[in-house]
Amino acid sequence: MAVPAPTPAQTVGPFFRIGFAWLDTPELVAPSHPGAIRIEGAVFDGAGTPLPDAVLEIFQADPEGRFPPDSGPEWSGFGRCLTDEEGRYHFVSVKPGSVAPESAPHVAMSVFARGLLQRLVTRCYFGDETDANGRDPVLRTIGDRATTLVAAVAEGCYRFDIHIQGDKETAFFAW
Amino acid sequence: MTDTRERASAIDPPYDAPDYHSSGLRHPTRPLFALHAGPTELHGPVFGETAVRPADADLTTQHAGEPLGERIIVSGRLLDDGGRPIAGQLVEIWQTNSAGRYAHGGDQHPAPLDPNFTGAGRCLTGPDGEYRFVSIKPGAYPWRNHPNAWRPCHIHFSVFGRAFTERLVTQMYFPGDPLLALDPIYNAVSEPARPRMVSTFDLGTTIEEWALGYQFDVVVNGHLATPMVG
Ligand SMILES: [Fe+3]
Repeated sequence: MAVPAPTPAQTVGPFFRIGFAWLDTPELVAPSHPGAIRIEGAVFDGAGTPLPDAVLEIFQADPEGRFPPDSGPEWSGFGRCLTDEEGRYHFVSVKPGSVAPESAPHVAMSVFARGLLQRLVTRCYFGDETDANGRDPVLRTIGDRATTLVAAVAEGCYRFDIHIQGDKETAFFAW
Repeated sequence: MTDTRERASAIDPPYDAPDYHSSGLRHPTRPLFALHAGPTELHGPVFGETAVRPADADLTTQHAGEPLGERIIVSGRLLDDGGRPIAGQLVEIWQTNSAGRYAHGGDQHPAPLDPNFTGAGRCLTGPDGEYRFVSIKPGAYPWRNHPNAWRPCHIHFSVFGRAFTERLVTQMYFPGDPLLALDPIYNAVSEPARPRMVSTFDLGTTIEEWALGYQFDVVVNGHLATPMVG
């Protein structure tokens, strides 16, 4: 059988809200859920201007390090948040468990926006996991820019800003 | 990865596409890091049947009356790059109305809104990866990228594969559209890969005296752009 050719990516454009708002799901768990955490931040372009027209999606393990379908019907591991006028986003979730030996807890994140012909992919780690982060093989590969992947511990939340371009440019992945 | 697979750079557009001006301040300038995808990236969300209603796949019946325009059926399959169907996964679409206007406050194109058309649909793929939407043909619309710039008719497609690596957002175009040759977003993709974003008119999908049919398969491959060499 002929192998089908992959479909190329295209930008979400400026009007993705029409198609995406029905699944605007920044809360993976209720804020009152035991162990609930909040990850928040903003998305900036190369001029430092926040993006009011971006959408972030996350995917992560549950606290035991499980994914669907093993994590059961209550845990999809998926969240989507459309940025607001100031480019801000937030997620309410629980800290993911470890998913591999030496791997520090992390959340996989996609960034879509007008101007991005394909999504950007990164990981969000946690600033209060210093020891685990120090052992994490992905963070170790990244060197000094690993700091861009570690959410700062802030009041009542983890702060994780995304800089698409510039001095503070977030480390992005390909595979 | 086998060597029969195309390099991702031959499939997906670059982040930096000078003819698409919005990419200017919105592309990374540092090398991307080659990630050996871990369990987090190799799994993905599972969307239950409850998330989507069958009626969500018909964009012509979401309001009291019928939308104006040329009624179309768009169907195809969601596949991986081994040709295996991806069943039970989410497909989301959004588009303009037949006049080329989005039902979105930010769209300033002075074309009429259609009170009977929102332009959003979704469905879960069937056991053989199949999906099917009923809609109306979207219109071309102007944008300010360059003088006299018009986007070709398109439907935005968002699909979830089985893994985070397979997440894909693309656009489906229509065969024979003269605007394709002039469009910086379509042409940001390498030339051999462009036709894969163009649907095929299909008489078998067409329903007599009711709607024109188009076929469009979406093939995810779980790759992102090849890392730039630092
Ligand atoms: Fe569009």
